[in-house]
Amino acid sequence: MNEWLYVALFIVVGLIIPIGAIAAGFIFGPKKPNPIKETTYECGIETVGDTWVQFKAQYYIFALVFLVFDVEAVFLFPWAVKIGQLGLYAVVEGIIFITILIVGLMYAWRKGMLEWA
Amino acid sequence: MNFWNDPLKIAADWMEGIFVGWGMDAVLAHVLVAFLGVFLLIAILMVVDIFLVWVERKVVARFQDRLGPNRLGPFGLIQPFADIIKLIIKEDTTPGGADKVVYNLAPILSMMSVLILWAVVPIAPVMLGVDLNVGVLFLIAAGAIGTLSIIMAGWSSNNKFALIGGFRQVAVMVAFEVPMLTMLLVPTIFASSMNMNDIIQGQGNLWYFALSPLGALIFLVAAIAELGRAPFDLAEGESELVSGFNIEYSGMKFGMFYAGELLHAMTFGGIWAILFFGGYRFFGLEQVSPFLAIPIFLFKALIGYWIIMWVRYTMMRIRIDQMLVFNWVFLTPLSFVLLMVTALMNALLKDASLWIYGLGMFLSNVVVGWIALEIARSVSRKQRESVEGPKNLAEAPH
Repeated sequence: MNEWLYVALFIVVGLIIPIGAIAAGFIFGPKKPNPIKETTYECGIETVGDTWVQFKAQYYIFALVFLVFDVEAVFLFPWAVKIGQLGLYAVVEGIIFITILIVGLMYAWRKGMLEWA
Repeated sequence: MNFWNDPLKIAADWMEGIFVGWGMDAVLAHVLVAFLGVFLLIAILMVVDIFLVWVERKVVARFQDRLGPNRLGPFGLIQPFADIIKLIIKEDTTPGGADKVVYNLAPILSMMSVLILWAVVPIAPVMLGVDLNVGVLFLIAAGAIGTLSIIMAGWSSNNKFALIGGFRQVAVMVAFEVPMLTMLLVPTIFASSMNMNDIIQGQGNLWYFALSPLGALIFLVAAIAELGRAPFDLAEGESELVSGFNIEYSGMKFGMFYAGELLHAMTFGGIWAILFFGGYRFFGLEQVSPFLAIPIFLFKALIGYWIIMWVRYTMMRIRIDQMLVFNWVFLTPLSFVLLMVTALMNALLKDASLWIYGLGMFLSNVVVGWIALEIARSVSRKQRESVEGPKNLAEAPH
């Protein structure tokens, strides 16, 4: 059997168990909803204005920096697996690759992009 | 092969034989037995999870000089069962204006992301869900689903506290995934494999903690941030966001978030033990029988869990800007420097004996960590002096 089928089994069972628990709560719990009970929780006063606001633009800078490093991991994992067989040449090449990334991170930092404003 | 060495295989073959004997298709019987095995593992995990509620409450009570649950049953052991009954018979309210599909899906995904982590966690030499050759990457992928569920809960609740909690979780996840990925590369380099079982087998002579103590430490910090526990529990933030992302949840849906968080912490204790402390290995005892290997693994996992709890209940929450500076300016460059040093030392000492290899790795880790701490100390001293002026040593009280 394909090993990813086992992963699929884990996902299926992992979904069944919490759904079962929540369904048990749904069956045994009282159900008497009313509009006052469903008001949004907030301290002391009723909520004012729209909740679903836009994300801060700052998040996109962090997300971009993160994306660069996340994609880099895709290149680094095969390098790390085969590093024992490749010798010093591949190690130096990998180090140059990581150094370029760090220089990019330092550039973003010096530009003040990594500070929460 | 006998029952003492490989109980799961024998039990599975026996059940498959019974199903085939009933006239069932052989492939279908195999899938059914696998399904039952997965169900058994996850059911055991849920029972462990119930006791983790008790463990967590008891340990936090001891840290804070209280007694903790001690009324129901011996040492309060029945308390979590009473909690479950209470959660089940509680009314499940949905806030008006919530995005209902996403709102109901979030607690399910939160629990699921933790349970599927156990697909690649080897509990004993022969007890392993899937022997994936990309097990380490699977950990990251499954962990990302957990973060996604928190963002979904925060967004769909139609509550400003929850939304801010969700926003903050994005920042934390984006920040600490990078050092965590990098530190997963260190055991990968040592073992020359991304397979969890190979990583454990590679620690036959020396735990990877001895080779890379700094790597283990960075991984633990990143794991605590990934879990959303103090000092990085910005998504919850009881004192400012009341309960953060799960503020509008009640009943069993809240229970799923709570139980998922506890099991996640214990799972990360186990993963930490696998990557850096040899998993189920303990001086060859694991070869005797899986019945010995499981307690060894559980013991190591609970020690990791205990350290995570210890950090949680003794450190204060840090601000989000401090968290981002700590990660992006300190932890991320440090983890990359450590990765480069590890790769270089690995290539240079490849043909050396085990002890020279281990000593070289250990010393290079200590040197990198010491230099990083010195730089951080001098920078923070400069910051402090720019705020309150240089310290006059002559006037300082002795």
